[in-house]
Amino acid sequence: MISRDQKRWQMAAHVVLAVSSALALLPFILLVIISFTDDKTAIENGYSYLPAKWSTGAYEYLLQSADKFVRAYGMTILVTLIGTTVCVIITSMLAYMLSKRSLPGVKVLNFIVVFTMLFNGGLVPTYMIYTTVFHIKNTIWGLIVPNLMMSAFMIMLVRNYFEHSIPEELYESARIDGAGEFCIFFKIVIPLSVPILATVGLMTGISYWNDWQNGLYYLAKDKGGHLYTIQNILNEINTNIAFLASYNAGGVSSADLPTATARMAIAVIGILPIIVIYPFFQKYFAKGLVMGAVKG
Amino acid sequence: MGLPGLLYLLINNYMPMIGLTVAFKDYKYNLGIWDSPWVGFKNFKFLFKTGDAFVMVRNTLLYNVVWIILGMVLGVTFAILLNEVRSRYAKKFYQTVILMPYLMSMVVCAYLAFAYLAPGTGLFTNIFARITGREVSFYTETKYWPFILTFVNQWKGIGFGMILYLSSVIGIDPSLYEAAALDGATRWQQHMRVTIPLLKPTIIMMMILNMGQIFRSDFGLFYQVPMDQGALYSVTQTIDTYVYRALLQRNDVGMSSAASFVQSVVGFIFIVTANQIVKKVDEKNSLF
Repeated sequence: MISRDQKRWQMAAHVVLAVSSALALLPFILLVIISFTDDKTAIENGYSYLPAKWSTGAYEYLLQSADKFVRAYGMTILVTLIGTTVCVIITSMLAYMLSKRSLPGVKVLNFIVVFTMLFNGGLVPTYMIYTTVFHIKNTIWGLIVPNLMMSAFMIMLVRNYFEHSIPEELYESARIDGAGEFCIFFKIVIPLSVPILATVGLMTGISYWNDWQNGLYYLAKDKGGHLYTIQNILNEINTNIAFLASYNAGGVSSADLPTATARMAIAVIGILPIIVIYPFFQKYFAKGLVMGAVKG
Repeated sequence: MGLPGLLYLLINNYMPMIGLTVAFKDYKYNLGIWDSPWVGFKNFKFLFKTGDAFVMVRNTLLYNVVWIILGMVLGVTFAILLNEVRSRYAKKFYQTVILMPYLMSMVVCAYLAFAYLAPGTGLFTNIFARITGREVSFYTETKYWPFILTFVNQWKGIGFGMILYLSSVIGIDPSLYEAAALDGATRWQQHMRVTIPLLKPTIIMMMILNMGQIFRSDFGLFYQVPMDQGALYSVTQTIDTYVYRALLQRNDVGMSSAASFVQSVVGFIFIVTANQIVKKVDEKNSLF
């Protein structure tokens, strides 16, 4: 039995959530519509949800300069794949070691991991160490290694899973059968930990796919431009617009800039894969976020 | 087995911590971090003599405080409303869609904002021009940006707040509501007297944990969305954007490393304090 009061609440909830969903979606819809707007119409009439003239010109432009964009897309995929794979492997290996509470020194190691959540050097020393000691400026490693490859919070997440969700008896029976730690790890622990590793992989994959900061810091346009990912290209266009808008154009002319509709088309192809796969992985993603929020 | 991971922490986290000493040095490119001469607090004196230090600390703290409170209110409200929805499909749809902006990079968010605010062509620019007869130049006028940044921040983050509090709302025993309804409590009263009090531990926990991050800011939001426009720095400059600009745009290692050092140390104090408070409130939610 549902009271009238309760019914009114449900109505209100539907209204608020439907309006919010629309607010969440409308910017993306505008982005897609601009990318399909005729360029001249976009400049003369401004951006609109109902453009006077539609066109696929922006995407034809992308096809014409396909070299650059296919390359950038390839870089995005490559960086995401390498980064995510390495992240899942080294995170789960370290987490496994930390889950062995009886191991001598494991308390110290735990502290070493947790301390990185509390204190960090920040951009300046990180940038200097990576560029002057490891020389990763303008190499692909500049996109993969800094900051994204492992985080203390992911380690804690996986460690807790190993400790609480895999029964201790399994380890013991494997040890009695003469299995070594590596064997136990790869044959027993990993197959039983697919849900948590999928969550970690998914979240890391999205941060690599979306990352533009490493490119901003570690790739210079003239020497590292060939390594740009899609996000780096989007960022570079923004930088050029900013230069054009300020009084010192700094050698940038509007000819260097793709048209407004083409820029939106690049953004569309940049977010397309995430929007397509996201609904299927929404459950894992939401779970990972909730787990991570309290710890870390 | 943990060796690769520990090695990574050494390179990515511990070497930069030692490298923080560069803030007390007169950095020379040919000498590097270790061999540059010590200058004591000179960099800090220079930094705090400029008005920049005050502006970036003020912006970082004020935006954070407002967003933490606003995010909490909206997150709890949306979680309660989502829990009212009976249809499983509608529930899943709302949750999926409202969480989607959370997955976007800040560069993409900057493009979305630009579609509305661009000079001459932006949708809002044109609508405002039609209504008021005056063209608003969003990317040069500071007074709009506290609202724009707040909107983008909440637009992106509200889905996260929602699912976070939802997991606590779902855990509330339904018999409590039944008992309250039998006593004649309206749905509003039920939420005020049952839901909110039961969410209080989660809310307090999240507030304290967020307070621990109050000296940090979302670099992308403050750098990308205002399109790095100098005219807007008075309302968009935070510690993170300052450090980046000083280091990579002006090559001023002294100033940027001093600001970076202050952020690391004060941030550390905030986090440890927050964690001590969490420990007092609820032992199992503390970080260490």
